[in-house]
Amino acid sequence: MSTVKIDHPRRATPVPFAVLAAVAVAFLAIPLAGLLLRTPWGRLPELLTSPVAVEALRLSLLCSVAAAGVAFILGVPLAWVLARSRMRGTAVLRALVTLPLVLPPVVGGVALLLAFGRRGLVGQYLYDWFGIQLPFSTAGVIMAEAFVAMPFLVITVEGALRSADPRFEEAAATLGASRWTVMRRVTLPLIAPALVAGTVLAWARALGEFGATITFAGNLPGVTQTLPLAVYSALDTDREAAIALSLVLLVVSLAVLLLLRDRYLRGGVR
Amino acid sequence: MGKAQPGMLAARWLLAGVLTLITAGCASGGVAGRGSGSAELEAVESAAAATLTVAAASSLTDVFATIVEEFSAATGVPVRTTYAGSSTLAEQIRAGAPIDVFAAAGPTVMTPLAQEQLVTDLRDFATNSLMIAVPTGNPGSVRGLADLTGVSVVVCAEQVPCGTSARQLLANNDLDVQPASYERDARAVLMKIRTDEADAGLVYVTDVAAAADEVEGVEIPVEANVSTTYQVAVVADSPVPDEAAQFVEFVNTPAAQAALASARFGPPP
Repeated sequence: MSTVKIDHPRRATPVPFAVLAAVAVAFLAIPLAGLLLRTPWGRLPELLTSPVAVEALRLSLLCSVAAAGVAFILGVPLAWVLARSRMRGTAVLRALVTLPLVLPPVVGGVALLLAFGRRGLVGQYLYDWFGIQLPFSTAGVIMAEAFVAMPFLVITVEGALRSADPRFEEAAATLGASRWTVMRRVTLPLIAPALVAGTVLAWARALGEFGATITFAGNLPGVTQTLPLAVYSALDTDREAAIALSLVLLVVSLAVLLLLRDRYLRGGVR
Repeated sequence: MGKAQPGMLAARWLLAGVLTLITAGCASGGVAGRGSGSAELEAVESAAAATLTVAAASSLTDVFATIVEEFSAATGVPVRTTYAGSSTLAEQIRAGAPIDVFAAAGPTVMTPLAQEQLVTDLRDFATNSLMIAVPTGNPGSVRGLADLTGVSVVVCAEQVPCGTSARQLLANNDLDVQPASYERDARAVLMKIRTDEADAGLVYVTDVAAAADEVEGVEIPVEANVSTTYQVAVVADSPVPDEAAQFVEFVNTPAAQAALASARFGPPP
């Protein structure tokens, strides 16, 4: 995604702005400081290696990566359709794809339950014919996470596809490359930074998902209790464990932010 | 195209890694099921010393840890436990969660399940009554039920047995108390009191006992109090019904009853 940056001359901040900006910073920083200052640093190793924590860590990692994978496999073709397809009605399609971005996650969970629960629209057939039950299963977690994460990937990749210079693909085509070769050797490399950024965003979103997971997949330790759910449960039993797990998620979020810095992702060709 | 190359390589590795993990995730039996499609999963489970999943009311958290340990030691059956509000667990069972034994804090939750034939082999195993929990130092100066009207009070949500009991208690004693919050289970109420976020909470006697010196308890006179009967049952669709029945029986053995008594539960009616 290319942006034009205009260099404005830097000036002194007007006092009212400075005050309000300071309040804004405090509003955002104090809770994070609270988390860091109240972390039981001495007990961290013990808290993070407890069975509940290890289970939650393992589940979170497995499900978020799988959800990012699902988002990638399904999302990239969808992004291509939205950006390049001659089909009419892509505007409606785009609105549909963007919906999970704005929809409250718990509502997404309820919707998933009504569609894929044991008596759901599709779920009842999955259960009656194949014995497959998605709520309260790890697969259910992956579905809930993919549902909220996929739009991030689709939007990112679609943007890249739209702004990619079409002349490279045209040049490859005139040189005799098949559509698939053009896709593989020209298009995908061109949008590679957006692919990486979209996948990382989707993965981070999947990792942090709470509302849809707890509503659709439930909160069963070892099966569906991912890190955010474990934090929620630990709040009522062992606050220090909740803080320790929260710290893990905070560190991961910071890492994702660093990873997605523009400097590393500016792609395309100069 | 020098800058694009590393990105492409990274994307390839990412995709490969992701696909591997998805396959690994699916292979490790991610999908739960009780119908014909999960026959293989059940076979694998039974071959590997079938784990029993026990879902219990949150007020049983500490005492069941002991009972489960004794059960596993005595029978060699590994047990996995999950604690939450009884009504939450009942909903999970209704939705087909992989639970084998359910211990609820009140018949209000268990009876409908029995009527829907989702549980069998129902047994009473303990009783409990309410107590007012206050933060150490009793900042609200709560000495009895009457003092509840002037302070911030936290209770369980109504659909949870401790919430039903709390509501009954307040009604029986003509107390006009507006709770500051309806928490999802007894332990959540207890935590609010432990962390001094409210002046008083209505929890069970056993919860106050379990919290040792982190909260203080204000007793409720027997005539004014409300009690509840704990019931345990086998979940109908369980793939390990024998082990589940074993556990249900175990809860009423002298060893388990002794553990319950020392946690200040009352005997079954």
